Amino acid sequence: MEIVYVYVKKRSEFGKQCNFSDHQAELNIDIAPNPELAEQFVERNPVDTGIQCSVSMSEHEANTERFEMETRGVNHVEGGWPKDVNPLELEQTIRFRKKVEKDENYINAIMQLGSIMEHCIKQNNAIDIYEEYFNDEEAVEVTEEAPSAKTINVFRDPQEIKRAATHLSWHPDGNRKLAVAYSCLDFQRAPVGMSNDSYIWDLENPNKPELALKPSSPLVTLEYNPKDSHVLLGGCYNGQIACWDTRKGSLVADLSTIEFSHRDPVYGTIWLQSKTGTECFSASTDGQVMWWDIRKISEPTEVVIMDITRKEQLENALGAISLEFESTLPTKFMVGTEQGIIISCNRKAKIVCTFSGHHGPIYALQRNPFYPKNFLTVGDWTARIWSEDSRESSIMWTKYHMAYLTDAAWSPVRPAVFFTTKMDGTLDIWDFVFKQCDPALSLKVCDEALFCLRVQDNGCLIACGSQLGMTTLLEVSSGLSTLQRNERNIASSMFERETRREKILEARHREMRLKEKGKAEGRDEEQRDEGLATDLEALVSKAEEEFFDIIFAELKKQEADAIKPKPMPDLFCTSGQRKKRHHLSGSLPLGSTDKMPKYERAKQQHGREKKQRQQPSSEEVQVAQEGEEATGERVGDEEEEDLA
Amino acid sequence: MIFLVEETLKRIQSHKGVIGTMVVNAEGIPIRTTLDNSTTVQYAGLLHQLTMKARSTVRDIDPQNDLTFLRIRSKKHEIMVAPDKEYLLIVIQNPCE
Repeated sequence: MEIVYVYVKKRSEFGKQCNFSDHQAELNIDIAPNPELAEQFVERNPVDTGIQCSVSMSEHEANTERFEMETRGVNHVEGGWPKDVNPLELEQTIRFRKKVEKDENYINAIMQLGSIMEHCIKQNNAIDIYEEYFNDEEAVEVTEEAPSAKTINVFRDPQEIKRAATHLSWHPDGNRKLAVAYSCLDFQRAPVGMSNDSYIWDLENPNKPELALKPSSPLVTLEYNPKDSHVLLGGCYNGQIACWDTRKGSLVADLSTIEFSHRDPVYGTIWLQSKTGTECFSASTDGQVMWWDIRKISEPTEVVIMDITRKEQLENALGAISLEFESTLPTKFMVGTEQGIIISCNRKAKIVCTFSGHHGPIYALQRNPFYPKNFLTVGDWTARIWSEDSRESSIMWTKYHMAYLTDAAWSPVRPAVFFTTKMDGTLDIWDFVFKQCDPALSLKVCDEALFCLRVQDNGCLIACGSQLGMTTLLEVSSGLSTLQRNERNIASSMFERETRREKILEARHREMRLKEKGKAEGRDEEQRDEGLATDLEALVSKAEEEFFDIIFAELKKQEADAIKPKPMPDLFCTSGQRKKRHHLSGSLPLGSTDKMPKYERAKQQHGREKKQRQQPSSEEVQVAQEGEEATGERVGDEEEEDLA
Repeated sequence: MIFLVEETLKRIQSHKGVIGTMVVNAEGIPIRTTLDNSTTVQYAGLLHQLTMKARSTVRDIDPQNDLTFLRIRSKKHEIMVAPDKEYLLIVIQNPCE
């Protein structure tokens, strides 16, 4: 809408001088508000405005004129001398001084000040108030924190079909990488389509392995070469030895020929200390330990058969499950066998001695990094510490656990700390200068079994591999990974003490055996032979009795513990009912057999079995069995009489 | 009387650890000193000002208070200043260690 104001001016009046005069206000245009326009707008509700409730201020800048400054030193020259005295003239100054000294004020002042001053001087001489006591003692770091460990990272097997992580190896430089060997150790039960790959993981990247190693058969063990961090050695499930160079890629760089390799999965491979850094040795359950040189891996350089009868017969050989080699003792090595015997050998391929004491295969074997004479083994349900001097038995051992122990390792920084893993997925940290009966810390890492364990060189990080291929990285608290005061002395004295104890026990056993031998030789030999046959039966039955007694005692104890919280009348009830059964031949009140404690029932069962054996005729056995099924009470009565 | 003064000063000087003694008047003129002139003059000038400052501090906090003694302990030794209306008695001592 255009608003126009038109005015008219005569052409003759152009350029004339302007005369201003007052004029009444005139309304030219009046535009009324048009409410329809409001439709094009939306009312804003609510409206946000900022307000400030403060004194309104304004900002100004001002700059002063530059002020020049300069730093100068002042030399204090003698001053204050009165005008008549010239400070440079010695005579005048001396005269002035003498004058002052004669002043009475001066004398009084000095006397007073002197006494105060003397007091302070004497004070200073008497005691040094800023003396440092306890300067020699260093600050004792009292770490009261409880031992703890926390999971930092988890590396999962990227494969669909999960395999167990059977071996771990830390990268030798800087420990930033971890090589994990995956395989399925169940005999011939490896699922179809299981991949053979093993991986190298970078600790920073848990999502994807850094490198995959592809052998022709799954790897059971995998080790980094401590001298050359690009080379890895792997022992395969089919008995071959393979080696990789990570610079060359994931395919096998070298593979041993199958005819000369092991006949069973290779359970242990270790690199040797050699100038060339290419020597290693491997052990397998086929009973052989083979030495290899990587440069010529087609054939082993040496083969030793683990035959403790020293006849070098492969048939008698014991299967080797773990291998141990300490670089500080380069001529010796140890082999842990499936039969529970540890064989210590020296490099010249001779078997030096054996240690027996485990009931099952020895899954881990490691010398103590601080005291190589003592070594740790794990097998069946215990972990044992041995000393080379004591061959009959271990010097220290843990109690029998509920689950099988699968792997163990010493801590590289503390001589008294070691770690063990179990089949129920727990990791135990033992510190025997702190507690000997139980682990210092027991952690449940995962629900499935843990198969292997490896401690990093700084003693802080532990990696453990599980049955489903999950590798967990744990960090241990600083209390468990820093050397405590006196720990080395305490640990070594403990080892010595236990070794001495074992030696004493050994000596006593030997004495007792000699005595028995002496007695036995006196008896008639024939009698002994005859007696042997019948003795055997009696011995067997006696052994069974003892065995069952022990089990019942255990069960009884467990029952007693379970029964304890229940009120007393129950116990009386059961015994009363039992008495009843003696008199009544009729039907039993239904609940009684349930109330009978488990051990009683188990004893009954045992008694039944015994009866079965003692009555070799099948008919009677059948009758007895039927009798049991039909009339529970009758057998019960018989049993009561038996027990009574 | 005068030799009492002498004796006092001598006694002070002879104490264990005392390095130097000096008496300075209000104008900063060293009356009596056992150290060399330049050191004395330096001590006199600086300590005078410090004592004045210390005294005024004490009196500012409590007008009825007054400075009786000033001790400055440094790494090497201790400087003790006993102020008076007109004079300053300054002793430098090495506290026994």
